[in-house]
Amino acid sequence: MPDSSLAEYEVVRGKARSFYPRYERKEELQHQTHFCPGCGHGTIHKMVAAAIDELGVQDRSIMVGPVGCSVFTYYYFDVGNVQAAHGRAPAVATAIRRSRPHGIVISYQGDGDLSAIGSAEILHAANRGENITVIFVNNAIYSMTGGQAAPTTLLGQKSTTTPNGRSAAREGYPLHVSELLATLDAPVYIERVGLGDNRQIVQAARAIRRGIEYQVRGLGFSLIEVLSPCPTIWKMSPVDAQHWVRDVMEKTFPLGVFVDRAHDRLPAPPPSAAPTLADLPHLLGVADQDLPEGHAHALSGDLPVDLQVRIAGFGGQGVLLLGEVLAEAGLDAGLEVSWLPSYGPEMRSGTSNCHVRIARGAIDSPLVATPGVLVAMNEPSLRKFDLSVRPGGWVIYNGDEFPADCRRQGVRVLALPFTRLADAMGDKRAANMIMLGAVLEIAAILPRQSIGAALRRLVKNPRWVELDERAIARGRELLRQALAEG
Amino acid sequence: MPETGGVYVQAESEVAAINMLYGAAAAGVRAMTASSGPGISLMQEGISYMAGAELPCVIADITRGGPGLGNIAAEQSDYHQVVKGGGHGNYRTLVLAPHSVQEMADLTALAFDLADRYRNPVVLMADGFIGQMMEPVAFTQSATPPRLPSWAVAGTAATRNNLISSLHLDQDDLEGHNRDLQAKYKLAEQREARAEQWLTADAEIVLVGYGIVGRILKAVTAEARACGLKVGILRPISLYPFPVAQLERLALSARLFVVVEMSNGQMLEDVRLALNGARPVEFLNRMGGNVPSHDEVLRRVHELARREGIAHDTHASQSLREERMAHA
Repeated sequence: MPDSSLAEYEVVRGKARSFYPRYERKEELQHQTHFCPGCGHGTIHKMVAAAIDELGVQDRSIMVGPVGCSVFTYYYFDVGNVQAAHGRAPAVATAIRRSRPHGIVISYQGDGDLSAIGSAEILHAANRGENITVIFVNNAIYSMTGGQAAPTTLLGQKSTTTPNGRSAAREGYPLHVSELLATLDAPVYIERVGLGDNRQIVQAARAIRRGIEYQVRGLGFSLIEVLSPCPTIWKMSPVDAQHWVRDVMEKTFPLGVFVDRAHDRLPAPPPSAAPTLADLPHLLGVADQDLPEGHAHALSGDLPVDLQVRIAGFGGQGVLLLGEVLAEAGLDAGLEVSWLPSYGPEMRSGTSNCHVRIARGAIDSPLVATPGVLVAMNEPSLRKFDLSVRPGGWVIYNGDEFPADCRRQGVRVLALPFTRLADAMGDKRAANMIMLGAVLEIAAILPRQSIGAALRRLVKNPRWVELDERAIARGRELLRQALAEG
Repeated sequence: MPETGGVYVQAESEVAAINMLYGAAAAGVRAMTASSGPGISLMQEGISYMAGAELPCVIADITRGGPGLGNIAAEQSDYHQVVKGGGHGNYRTLVLAPHSVQEMADLTALAFDLADRYRNPVVLMADGFIGQMMEPVAFTQSATPPRLPSWAVAGTAATRNNLISSLHLDQDDLEGHNRDLQAKYKLAEQREARAEQWLTADAEIVLVGYGIVGRILKAVTAEARACGLKVGILRPISLYPFPVAQLERLALSARLFVVVEMSNGQMLEDVRLALNGARPVEFLNRMGGNVPSHDEVLRRVHELARREGIAHDTHASQSLREERMAHA
């Protein structure tokens, strides 16, 4: 009685169109591959080439071959070929497929490549659901390099690096890649097949075709793991090696479909047409009408301007924003500006400071070594920078009392509990803006319209803009009072 | 990126990121990535593969403090790994070093053009200061229409015969490939060395620095000139190719070179090689994220001027001072 599982099987004579007519890897033997007798790669290559033929995607196909026995895919497959670094084929394939959405990208990898050095790349390509097909040839060993143990080596299996057989205690257990990837939500199809006998081979061909077909349909990530004989390294005859796949390997690596979500998946929509070059500046926000007002409220006259401000405090006190508003206002006033931040890795409570320069001419160094104004939002910041303030300069200090030992001849001080003052105005986070008001009153060069424009650009919430404007006005007033009181 | 017809992928690691550049470049599209020193270390394998397979890409390295986890402050200690090539094999990357936000924009555009022209990775190397600061910037570049290089593998009938690979198993074949690469680098050395010279025409002391140091040196030079010292700056804009010819020419007129770096003297080696003993080369550096201050550079310049018997031009100094007074 004929075997029903073989019913669809049809003997194909001749060579797939997706193979080159001649293999130039071996100059003298151009009908042969470089694979050993009984190696599974030749069979798998035929299945992949036949699937490409059947699906009619030869021109669109791009084969990514990594390092290992599969390194020479480009000698055999008459498709676009890209050779990749060891383990990295899924990352390379990701970018090819995303760059050329019409392409059909096949990553053809061995177990040493995919499950060891490339374990991160395969996991993340699968998890992103990249629309690629991965052919994972598992022969439980590093073959090309001479038979070292791979993550997939069976318990008890001898290799050059496990001469007494793989021990779970020393080398851990065989890595089940298909089962591992099947825990992810993104892959559309994961199946493990084998080359252990003819029935398995027929199923392997079906699985490979399906994996590529799903990509052609735009359904997502597929991986077909193929248990494949390596008679040379296993030191077996081709026939024994094939039986070993069926009788031994399969016990550790059971065959079957782990994931097939084709029915729930909609094809990825075709990529939208790229915008025209003429539209790009606007999309990037650099078209003339999108640019900051710049020079909107340009200062008249040509008096030299060289404002150098250092602002320092804890992260979260608005140190950087204070500097940004100042610099943005300078830009609005048609001046040259620079803003340079310096902060620790902590999101909150780390130290934070920034340098702001505003000048009429080109700014040589954006680093403010000797500030004309130091804004110190706490005592450590004051102590860190107070000696750098230039004679004739100002220190704006957030604190009840200015530390007596920080007082210096020729440096003027405005010390007030700005945080409490801001709290009284509605939100203590506006302390930075009160202090900015004092700076603006000292500098007295930036037009008020420029400050408003900078605030609206940087602080988008109108409620905050309103509070900040009041806070700035309060800061100006406090400085004027201090000056009046001498 | 998607809105502008591009693709953005957040890679799981720098190893994956550089291999995504490899794939995108192989497919014939322009691609870039960015990281800091530790990430660039991880990318070196892929950079070597891209140089070997002659694939264009742009990599931004915003350098931080090292070695190891170091810190997140600015250093220039990636010079060796970026300029000399941290990966395996006989390859070079072209390296551009912006010193302002404007140059960040201009040199990024140039980097893409150079990458395409030489089919080679180009690194934009800026320190943590240049990488984080804000300055006004004007975009004068025009958009380049997408193109498909004849060598790309694009999943089309026209590109089906193409192969992207860095594998050359035959010794003679690989030697030939290496000779071709060296010829290409030679061409780049002749054509692509870039530097800014600042007040060097009459300079007796030439300060050499790149990136943020170039900015500091401009402030120092202004001060030194005000004291009557003839100080100028050579600021390399391309670190590879290194502006050797410009240094050689300056050696004919200048008496002394001072290299200022935020590393242990990595560019210093290239300056010494370029000058080849023609003039003395002094070195001033800071590390760990510290920046050479204007004052410490200026003090060193004065000390060296005294030691070398380089006179302060009192007339120039006098007139500059008068000019300043008038200004004030």
